[in-house]
Amino acid sequence: MAFLLGVGGLWTFLSRVPPASGAGGAPPASAREGFSAPDFTLDLLGGGQTTLSKLRGRVVIVNLWTSWCPPCRAEMPAIQAAYVANKSRGLEVVAVNSTVQDSEADAAAFAHELGLTFPIALDRTGAVSARYLLRALPSSFFIDRRGLIRSVVIGGPMSPAVIQSKITDLLDEAP
Amino acid sequence: MLPFIRLGPFLLQAPGLALLAGLWLGSSLAEKEAQRLELDTAAVNNLIFLGLVVGIAGARLAYAARYLNAYLANPLSLLALTPATLSPDIGLAIGVAFAAWFGHRHGLRLRPALDALAPGLAVFGVSFGVAHFLNGDAFGAPARLPWSIYLWDDYRHPSQVYEIVAALLIFVVAWKRPLGQPGAGLNFLLVVGLSAAARVFLEAFRGDSIIWAGGLRAAQVVGLLVLAGALWGLKTWALPAAGPQGGET
Repeated sequence: MAFLLGVGGLWTFLSRVPPASGAGGAPPASAREGFSAPDFTLDLLGGGQTTLSKLRGRVVIVNLWTSWCPPCRAEMPAIQAAYVANKSRGLEVVAVNSTVQDSEADAAAFAHELGLTFPIALDRTGAVSARYLLRALPSSFFIDRRGLIRSVVIGGPMSPAVIQSKITDLLDEAP
Repeated sequence: MLPFIRLGPFLLQAPGLALLAGLWLGSSLAEKEAQRLELDTAAVNNLIFLGLVVGIAGARLAYAARYLNAYLANPLSLLALTPATLSPDIGLAIGVAFAAWFGHRHGLRLRPALDALAPGLAVFGVSFGVAHFLNGDAFGAPARLPWSIYLWDDYRHPSQVYEIVAALLIFVVAWKRPLGQPGAGLNFLLVVGLSAAARVFLEAFRGDSIIWAGGLRAAQVVGLLVLAGALWGLKTWALPAAGPQGGET
């Protein structure tokens, strides 16, 4: 018994993580919790561009959606409500329309119909959808002020409470 | 990695299906073992099913309690299907506590009941590894090896495969019951001890470890404590004076 525990203790000690590996800056970029959010620059519906890394210092919801996807339509009012309620605390929403499988006209009509006031980014080539490993619509990535993905919700619709629970801790963190 | 399976308008979570399959297989094995150990099979089945339901409900309620205002404003969100709004650790503790209470209330003898659960737990461990593999969870540390897999933008240890292989080996051991003394609780402790030892060993290859002071990996430290408890239990319960029947839960 003592031998087994001794071997286990030695292995635990030998396989500890060196301090240097935790101090090497931001984690690499990947579309997963604990990693840096992959950066992108996209054209916006109505003109202009948005670059994710320029939103560093704010809490960001990246929501991938299409106008024909029923759960995307169902959750958008809750995202809009969360945006309005928390914008002053540092919340930003980037709604990335997967335009490669939608149309700009339909996306514009959808945004107008629901009165969306946050930026609608157009992923015309599908590059951002691919970088974020989009497999199901909608997909939402909750990104903290340092640019790290802290939570991922695949599928929907997200309810107001789910959205609020995902951003509460992030908004409370110091800029 | 295959996190989702699309069936027409439905999006099935493949890891969830793997866990369901493991639960079904595990509970079938537990029922078989309960029969062999002359336990009330209905009580064992109910213990598993109700423990699971209470555990999931507890996990959701614990999550909601952290964000009470949000859920009070929108209580129907408690029923949301998203697994991202669960507190799994607390849910596990609540489920186990409920199962212990349920077993005690229904007169299930502790050690035979634990032995009845042992092979089922082992097979559930396999499905847990498969779920991790399908979802890309419990991923490995970056490594350039002939058997590395490309996941999350890097070549990594296939830690999920290690986990599945270890769980399969533990299942084989649990199925063979090498320690004999059926109903003495030893088979359960063996499964727990081997699982803890496997976690201590394999955690070193993980890329998502929680790190404690001094760079120690939390799962290894906890695994060592569980291993120590299991070894102590094996030593104590293997004593002839303890007898095969044990106390009640």
